[in-house]
Amino acid sequence: MSRLAVPKTYKLYVGGKFIRSESGRVYEVATTKGSFSVSSVNAAKASRKDARDAVVAARGAVSGWSGTTSYNRGQVLYRIAEILDGRRAQFAEEIAAFEGVSLSTATAQVDEAIDLWVWYAGWADKYVQVAGNGNAVSGPFFNLSVPEPTGVVAVIAPQAAGVPGSLLGFVRAVAPILVSGNTVVVIPSERAPLAALSLGEVFATSDVPAGVVNILSGSPAEIAPWLAAHADVNALDLLGAGELDWVDLQIAAADTLKRVLPPEQAPDAGAASLDRITFFTETKTVWHTKGLL
Amino acid sequence: METTRAGTTVAPASRALDVIGGDLTERSLRRYLEGIPGVDAVGLEARAAALGTRSIKTTSKAWALDTIIRLTDLTTLEGADTPGKVKSLVAKAMVPDPDDMSTPRVAAVCVYGDMVPHAVEALGSAHDDGAPNRINVAAVATAFPSGRASRSVKLSDTSDAVAAGADEIDMVIDRGAFLSGRYGQVFDEIVAVKEACKRPDGTYAHLKVILETGELNTYDNVRRASWLGILAGGDFIKTSTGKVTPAATLPVTLSMLEVVRDWHRLTGEKIGVKPAGGIRASKDAIKYLVTVAETVGEEWLQPDLFRFGASSLLNDVLLQRQKLTSGRYSGPAYVTID
Repeated sequence: MSRLAVPKTYKLYVGGKFIRSESGRVYEVATTKGSFSVSSVNAAKASRKDARDAVVAARGAVSGWSGTTSYNRGQVLYRIAEILDGRRAQFAEEIAAFEGVSLSTATAQVDEAIDLWVWYAGWADKYVQVAGNGNAVSGPFFNLSVPEPTGVVAVIAPQAAGVPGSLLGFVRAVAPILVSGNTVVVIPSERAPLAALSLGEVFATSDVPAGVVNILSGSPAEIAPWLAAHADVNALDLLGAGELDWVDLQIAAADTLKRVLPPEQAPDAGAASLDRITFFTETKTVWHTKGLL
Repeated sequence: METTRAGTTVAPASRALDVIGGDLTERSLRRYLEGIPGVDAVGLEARAAALGTRSIKTTSKAWALDTIIRLTDLTTLEGADTPGKVKSLVAKAMVPDPDDMSTPRVAAVCVYGDMVPHAVEALGSAHDDGAPNRINVAAVATAFPSGRASRSVKLSDTSDAVAAGADEIDMVIDRGAFLSGRYGQVFDEIVAVKEACKRPDGTYAHLKVILETGELNTYDNVRRASWLGILAGGDFIKTSTGKVTPAATLPVTLSMLEVVRDWHRLTGEKIGVKPAGGIRASKDAIKYLVTVAETVGEEWLQPDLFRFGASSLLNDVLLQRQKLTSGRYSGPAYVTID
C-alpha cells in the first residue's frame, strides 16, 4: 500500500527556534531529480525584521558562547560533526535531489563538510597559541597579545550552484567564525537552502547554545543590506556575495566600522584556513608586571 | 460581613463625601465599593488584545516614540542605588540621547526617598524650569515596596521626601488590609499620606497610589482598589511597584483607565494612570498609548495624566528612534548602560 508523503516545512532557525518568517512569506525550492519524495518544497523567505530579530538573538548569545572555555567550544563543534555524521544519508539525499548531483557526489560533499567541522573544532583551543603572542618589551613586564572574538558576524554563504555545494559552502563560511566564540547570522544559498536549514536541526541537537547560529533563508539581495548597515553587527563575511552589489554592502558596513571579508568565487572559496578564524577576532594586549622582588 | 469596625467613621475625604455622602463610615464605604459592578474578564482581555493589534508606523511611530519619552518616569529603585547612580540617571533624564539633541526630556525621575536630595541637586535648573522642560522628582514612600510598616513610619517617610523636594509621592496601599476587606483602613491611610504630602506653603506633592495589581488577584479587586484610591484623594493610580510579578499588564491598565473614565464622567475630574514594571519594549509601550487614547481620550497623553514607570524602556525607545532617523538598525552599544 502506498502512503502519503510527509513533506517537511523548512523554517528559519533563529534564537534556537525553528520559526516561520514574520512576513509569512515562503518561496519554492524545486528538485532537479525525481528521486525525492516530493517535487518541490517551500522554504521560509526571511524579511528584514527576521534579520533584526536574528541579530538580537545573536547578540544575546555572544557572552555565553565566547565565555565558554575554548576547550569546551571545541567539544561542541566536534559534536556537530558527530551528529551530522549520524545523518549523512538524509543530507546526501537532500543535496542530490536539490543540487542535481549524483548521490555519490552528494555523499562526498557531506563527508567533506563533516571533516571540516572536525578540523575547525580542533583549532578552538589552539588558534590562540598561534595567533597570540608574548611580546618582548623593554621593561620588567609580561606583554601579551591575545585574539578575542569580534562579536556578531553576518555571513552570506556561497550562492553559486555546483562546487563546493550548498552544505560544504555553508560550513566553510560558518565554522571558522564560530571557533573563536563569535555568533553568526547567516544567509544560506538562496537556490539550495535546504541542507543549511536541515543543518539547523543539527545545531539544535548538538549543544550549540540558542542564538549562536541563526539561519535566514531567502533573498540575500533583500536581507544583506540590512545586515551590512546594522549597527549591532560587528563584522561582515561576504564570501558568497559575488553576485550582489557587494561594494555597496562594504560601503554600508563602513558606516559602523565593521570588519568585511570580500567575496570569493573560485571552487575553493572559503577553503579551510586559519586566516578565516583569525580575521574575525580582535587583538587584546595586556601588560603585567613580572614580579615584585 | 459585619465587623466591629463596621460603624467606624473613616477620614472625611472630600471626594468620598461628595460621591458616597455625608455618612462616611466603614460600612458605607464597603457598600459603595462592593456595589461596583464586576469586570468581564474575558471581554476586558479581548478588548486589550484588540487594542494591541493597531499598526503604528512612520510619522505616527515617531510621534509615539517621542510621546513615550515625555511620559516616562525614569526609575531606579535598587537597594544598591548610590548618589552617583542617581546622578547618572538624572543626566540621562535630561539628555536621553546625546547624539540627537531633539530627543525630548522624560517627565520625572523616580527614586527612593533618601535619594531625593541627590536627584534635586543633580537636576539643578531642570527641576525649576517650567513645562515642558521641567523634570520632576518622584519619590517612593510608605515603606515601599511592601508597605509593611506602622502608620507613623509611613507618614514620616512621606513628609521627609516632600521636605527634601520631591514633587510626586508614589505610595503603596496596604494590600493585606485591602484583601482582608478592611477598606476603611486603606482609605484612612491614603488620606493621611495625602495630608503628609502637604508642603508648608499649602500646596501638595502629587500623590500616586500604587495598587500592586499583581497581588490583588482579580480584575474586580483592581477596579475596587482604583475607586478606593481615587475616592481617598489620589492624583494618580499606579499599577505596580515593579517588584512583584506580574507587574503592569495591558488588561489591568485598561481596567484602571475605565475607572478613570467613569470618574471623569461622574465628576469632571481628571485622574492620572501610571503603568509601571515590565514594560520594556517600545512596541508594548505604543499599545498602552493606543489604549489610553481609545479609553479616556488623547488629552490623557500628557505627563500630568499618564506616565510610564520604567527603566529599560527608554533605551529601547532610543534605539527605535535612531532606527527611524538613520534608516538602519541600531544596537545596545549606542545607548547608555543603566
